[in-house]
Amino acid sequence: MKISKLAVAGTLESSDCMVTIEPAKKGIDLELDSVVIRQYGRRIREVAMETLDRLEVKNARVTIVDKGALDCTIKARIECAAARASEFEGRVSWGGTIR
Amino acid sequence: MSHPDKYRLRRTMMFLNCQKPSLIKDPYVYKPDSIMLDLEDAVAEREKDAARYSLYHALQEIDYRGVERVVRINGLDTDLWREDVRCAVAGGCDSIRIPKTETADDVRTVEYAIAEAEREFRRPVGSVLIMAALESARGVINAMSICDSSERLFGIALSGGDFSRDLQVPISGTGVEFMGARQHMIIAARAAKVQCFDTVWTNLDDMEGFRKEVETIHAMGFDGKSIVNPRQIPVVHEIYTPKQKDIVYAEKVVREIEDKRAKGIGVFTVDGKMIDIAFYDGAKRTIALAKASGVYKGDL
Amino acid sequence: MINAVGRDIPEEIIEITGKEPFQGNLYRDDKPLTLHGPTIRPVMNNEKSKLVANIREALEKCGAHDGMTVSFHHHFREGDLIVNMVMKEIHEMGLKNIRICASSLGKAHSALVPMIEDGTITDIESSGVRGAIGEAISNGKLKGLAIMRSHGGRVRSIATGESHIDIAFIGAPTADDYGNLRGIGGKADCGVLSYAIVDGNHADYCVAITDCLVPYPNFPAHISQTKVDYVCVVDEIGIPSKIATGAAKPTTDQRKLLMAQYCTDVVVNTPWFKDGFSYQTGVGGASIASTQYLAEIMRERNIHMGFGVGGLTKAMCQLLEDGMADVMLDVQDFDLDAVRSLKNVNHHRIPAAVYANPLNKGAVVNKLDYVVLASLEVDVHFNCNVVVGSDGMITGAQGGHPDTAQGAKCAIVICPLLQGRIPAICTDVTTVTTPGESIDVVVTDYGVAVNPARQDILEALKEADCVPLKTIEELRDIAYSIVGEPDKVEFGDRVVGIIEARDGTIMDVVRQIKEV
Repeated sequence: MKISKLAVAGTLESSDCMVTIEPAKKGIDLELDSVVIRQYGRRIREVAMETLDRLEVKNARVTIVDKGALDCTIKARIECAAARASEFEGRVSWGGTIR
Repeated sequence: MSHPDKYRLRRTMMFLNCQKPSLIKDPYVYKPDSIMLDLEDAVAEREKDAARYSLYHALQEIDYRGVERVVRINGLDTDLWREDVRCAVAGGCDSIRIPKTETADDVRTVEYAIAEAEREFRRPVGSVLIMAALESARGVINAMSICDSSERLFGIALSGGDFSRDLQVPISGTGVEFMGARQHMIIAARAAKVQCFDTVWTNLDDMEGFRKEVETIHAMGFDGKSIVNPRQIPVVHEIYTPKQKDIVYAEKVVREIEDKRAKGIGVFTVDGKMIDIAFYDGAKRTIALAKASGVYKGDL
Repeated sequence: MINAVGRDIPEEIIEITGKEPFQGNLYRDDKPLTLHGPTIRPVMNNEKSKLVANIREALEKCGAHDGMTVSFHHHFREGDLIVNMVMKEIHEMGLKNIRICASSLGKAHSALVPMIEDGTITDIESSGVRGAIGEAISNGKLKGLAIMRSHGGRVRSIATGESHIDIAFIGAPTADDYGNLRGIGGKADCGVLSYAIVDGNHADYCVAITDCLVPYPNFPAHISQTKVDYVCVVDEIGIPSKIATGAAKPTTDQRKLLMAQYCTDVVVNTPWFKDGFSYQTGVGGASIASTQYLAEIMRERNIHMGFGVGGLTKAMCQLLEDGMADVMLDVQDFDLDAVRSLKNVNHHRIPAAVYANPLNKGAVVNKLDYVVLASLEVDVHFNCNVVVGSDGMITGAQGGHPDTAQGAKCAIVICPLLQGRIPAICTDVTTVTTPGESIDVVVTDYGVAVNPARQDILEALKEADCVPLKTIEELRDIAYSIVGEPDKVEFGDRVVGIIEARDGTIMDVVRQIKEV
């Protein structure tokens, strides 16, 4: 999935996270700010990288501001932000790669 | 054979906005019978896509501990509902709630899309159930044919807000504007052997009014109520829990009928009341409801 | 050295402080000890006036000096103006290495942070700290150690001389010119002065600060003229709206109501719930709701409460008002209804010593049947943490938690299983403040766990079949299955604080936070 513009998904409410994705030249630049960074920072990064990998996002700057979201929410927000940032239109292959 | 969950207990069906992670992460602690994960009215137009991603991953990852997961899709008059169905079925929902149902064809249209999604995402065809929300005068009038529209359809629900607007009256709080619709719908549902659910009560400050309304719809025969706040759950469950004397009586009826049937006796009395085989199903229902409510620990 | 709750207490800390590691709840039971008396300046000359023009004059007259210990009470809570007022003066005098001995410090005292940074304040003894001071301590800015003590533990440390107060500053809602102080009346009406009484008894100097000077004699005095050296009148000692608030609105949060219901079910189905039972509860939404549920059942079964104790709220005082409780014993008032209730002849003020001091001849907490508490974390050993956040930052206070938990026959902790993503039920708490041997029942929104040491309670609840019983390990496993197992928070090596057990031994240490 090619990131062609800046897009945001999610909110700063408790148990949610706000994900911003924007184009970048080379590789994934992931910035994480989390209220649970000391206990779950490692896990959140892991989930974020796995999700981006599954979406085949190769080059992007990704910023996550996390308010204690569960893994499923982090995945959902990243997928949504990526889809918006890629001007993706069409059918999502739920559970598979968004192309 | 019908779906094993078609007639499951649905006293409380709690609406939750799919777009709010804090709401959908553990609603089961309140012990509703069903949750209705909403993609429709609760979700802002520009967040429809976000709500779907949230829904899909919540269905995939959150263990809702036996609570039925119904997804309310967007209306058939939108270009959203087909993707909603795919997402919900792919995620693994139990049922789909069709809003603004007007005709039996509406149900069949959605059923077709569900079957398609079941095949696409390798779920057994027929595994996802359907409920239809009736929100207009036309929908209510068509209740009978809607109830008969599909083997997947487990019930119909009144949606009071839109319905009262269609009747051109405000919601009074007395229920007078819903009298006809409620009566009509429960009769249609019973005729078709499906369940029937009442509309939401939105004034959370008036818990007494809520309680009265639940008592009314319980007496009318409704199987349950749509709810908007977990505080409403204990009230509904309390009213729907069979009273101890009714459970004791039902237990006697079941045992006597089974005993007398073995002996070939058709009509007899229990506690001075005439009883025959026709009472069997009702008594069994009382026991099942008592069991589900956690107040019956006997062996029937 | 590993203590009785399995915490490693560094040798050097044992050496510096001269304290022993925690040995178990009853370690100092029945062991003789000698109490400490202050060094005072008697007032024989009847011409001496105790009134001083300002705080500076009081400080000078009391011989304020580098390295001294000054004390404060926290009855004005987040509305307190006294601590900042006095410390500003001390700071301006250029004094250094000051030790603060406060019954508690809160967000109102963020102004102390620069004084911590510049070495004016080097040691803090308190029930706990919140906000910016907590962060400063966790970040290693305090030169010495922060010692966190329970309310009972503070009385003990002052009465035994372990903590010696040079000058006590007592904010008094009303005072006369000879130092008779009352907690009631005036502009900063807080009802009681319970936490300050030990300061009056044991500090070398005692300065009363008031914004409401009344004619002599201000009787009955809560702190007597015989304890007070100077009286200083200032414009304002507290912000009334932040001292005693209006009674909290009953919660409508179904999760809290659910836990409140479980809590009440535990109380009414255990053997101490009978006529004359005693009870303490907190100020949180679930605690207040459970008191209301309890009141209904007390009415139904015609059971009276013998006495209620603690920081009091409207919900508790209502029981007294309605004749359903015989006596209220008061150390703190959380709302205006509790302050007003003091007019009731059966609503008594008690000093913190009477409430909770572990090393006197028996405190009120020892007579408690039930206490309902909250906790940031509870681990599978039932140890509670109420001081240090799960992220390692100091953020709370011991209060009466360890005192009442040990004293009560049935100590119940209410805490939601998850706080956002943080599992409140965990394998090991970040820092132990109350030992598991004191905690009997843990109530969460996912079920109720009973300490296996309390088979009597477990049997009673099984028999009653009233709440969803789980083991504490099951609760932890549920929590971890939802949010994932948290990584262990990394700390630096430096010890910045000590969690002192009630009896003065070391329950745990708090280490400096590591930069992320």
